Amino acid sequence: MTMRPHLQFLSLETIERVVAEAYDLLADPGVQVHSDRALHLLAEHGAEVDFEAQVARIPPDLARRAVETAPSSFHLYDADGQPVVHYGDDDVHFDPGSAAIEILDHGAKRSRSPVTADFVRFVKLADGLNALDAVATSLICADVPQEIADLYRLYLVLLYTRKPVVTGAFAVETWGMMKDLLVAVAGSEEALAERPPAIFDVCPSPPLLWSEITCENLMDCAQHRVPAELVSMPLAGATGPATLLGSVVQHTAENLSGVTIHQLVEPGAPIVWGGSPAAFDMRTGTPPMGAIETMMIDCAYAEVGKYLGLPTHAYLGMSDAKVVDAQCGFESGIGAILGALAGINMISGPGMLDFESCFSLEKLVIDAEIVGMAKRLVAGIIERETPLALEVIRQVGHKGNFLTAPHTRRWFREELFIPSPVVDRDFRRGWEAKGSLDITERAHRRAEEIIAAYEPKELSTEVVRELEAITLRAAQAAGMTQLPHHRLADSLTR
Amino acid sequence: MVEILNQLQQAVILGEPDQARELATQALESSIAPLTAIEEALNPGMQVVGDRYERGEYFIPDLMMAAEAMKAAMAVFEPVLMARREQRQVLGTVVIGTVEGDIHEIGKSLVATMLSTVGFRVHDLGVDVPASEFVAQVRETGANVVGLSALLTTTMRNQEAVIAALKEAGLREQVKVIIGGAPTNPEWAQIIGADAYAENANEAVEVVRRLLENHIRGKMGIGR
Repeated sequence: MTMRPHLQFLSLETIERVVAEAYDLLADPGVQVHSDRALHLLAEHGAEVDFEAQVARIPPDLARRAVETAPSSFHLYDADGQPVVHYGDDDVHFDPGSAAIEILDHGAKRSRSPVTADFVRFVKLADGLNALDAVATSLICADVPQEIADLYRLYLVLLYTRKPVVTGAFAVETWGMMKDLLVAVAGSEEALAERPPAIFDVCPSPPLLWSEITCENLMDCAQHRVPAELVSMPLAGATGPATLLGSVVQHTAENLSGVTIHQLVEPGAPIVWGGSPAAFDMRTGTPPMGAIETMMIDCAYAEVGKYLGLPTHAYLGMSDAKVVDAQCGFESGIGAILGALAGINMISGPGMLDFESCFSLEKLVIDAEIVGMAKRLVAGIIERETPLALEVIRQVGHKGNFLTAPHTRRWFREELFIPSPVVDRDFRRGWEAKGSLDITERAHRRAEEIIAAYEPKELSTEVVRELEAITLRAAQAAGMTQLPHHRLADSLTR
Repeated sequence: MVEILNQLQQAVILGEPDQARELATQALESSIAPLTAIEEALNPGMQVVGDRYERGEYFIPDLMMAAEAMKAAMAVFEPVLMARREQRQVLGTVVIGTVEGDIHEIGKSLVATMLSTVGFRVHDLGVDVPASEFVAQVRETGANVVGLSALLTTTMRNQEAVIAALKEAGLREQVKVIIGGAPTNPEWAQIIGADAYAENANEAVEVVRRLLENHIRGKMGIGR
């Protein structure tokens, strides 16, 4: 028997009031939808649509039916076709935060724009950190044109990682090319729908607006049965109500409208109740991802998602610090722990600094240790034996050395999360003998070790050529003559 | 014969004292010389265990159980060695214990285990050991290292008492004294005339190796 700790902010009655108010908001004032395709679909199914103002008033029953048809669970698959991520129940997984426009350069001690080489190093590292269940397209490479930035990062991640991928498109047209990249690795459109290796984030704009890009991306995902993750992001007091519960209501309405549009396209297609809301810093005007209230809104909306019977996601385990310091550690630690306790299926955030804008490989390594501890925490305290300890304590007796009891060796590996040497548990003199390094320096060395130990993913030459051809076509349309150099693709295609 | 020795080595690596005892007995019954079994099964087994610990694959309980397995096999071999007037090759002989009035065991046992893992013969006298007992054991075993553990500020003085007793018995010159325990430090070692201090078990191994450097070189036949 396992007694798993669980976090709950809202009573059932409160959740029901949140959901009731959200349904009311879908009907009045309705949702802004900047997509004719979506507006027509909504109108066909009974929504009251003002095509001029691009506003749809969605009847509660239409939204309720969509929640009914949405699946309560599904899997993401790794390169070997194994279902390694389970979106459903209270299962907890972690992937790196996304998407950063800066990388914190450990050597130079400053942030700068990431390029292809940085991205490849990032994927090798994320692939090698066992605590991470999926890899995200976490960096936006500055050495390719903006128009292909979204698909270029998916191209790179598919070349290098064996894990499932969390990604997203930045334009209507690029979604199709990204889907083609996924088809290239999956083998066919059917295989892609059957065993999806990736999920797309789609982000409505607060309050209550679906831009053309996100709405089209959402519908494309549904049509091809590629999983989609709804990322509603009210800023409490700025683009959403200042009360935490008020922002949860708005989040619920935005996500419900997303589920409705999505399920109207393809009932039963996989969709996730996610988000990236934040408190608002009333002094600086920033959206602090490390604020405790941000984390509280996250956990509360996840409770609403679970009430509705949907898989959940959140951006947690991030920090607003600009360097890998104590603030970075405590904000990331609190977020990861709360998300795990809330039973959120996919927690995105490790590695991310500075309001989701700057990525640090060293932070990713440290966060992997936090993730290890968070997973251990929710594994709970387990009744391993009956009687609980009577026999072993009697056996050891008053002499009292459990280190030589077989019982100790039988259980310690299962009972303890054993961290990497990034977590310092040495005696002071041992720590001094190893150079008196702080955690950031230790993390840097471990990152370099893991990157150096990376072994190339097995991909057929045909798949690599296909991935390259799709990406090169897009790059040439955007004015590039060739793709930036990186070693793996070169060696594989020769 | 090779099969029994392989199994004995595995019993040490996997930390199975019962199997080790059984296999040691079988080895004797198959007319395998105890020194052969020690050199070709027990010592290489402990070497593997030490390597795995260094690589982070093995942990303290694994070391402890391997040492227990080694001990179980040695308990079978020792009487035969004695009868044959043979001695196994060791890096040195250590007498170790927690001093009188102090019943703390774990730290001292870890040091004893680590030392035996790397190839020292260790006589662990247990806890609450009077100074006279240390003296008697040093005399009997011909030890060249004495390890003194104390976890209390009230008992650390008894480390000094053991050193005084060794001097009085005329044995101080033949042994190196190493101390450890939470309230002690290198300064305390100097004050009471010990040869060294170690903060933990790993460091204790390094310190003892260093203290016996010349002695070990001689044993291994390396130029001095």
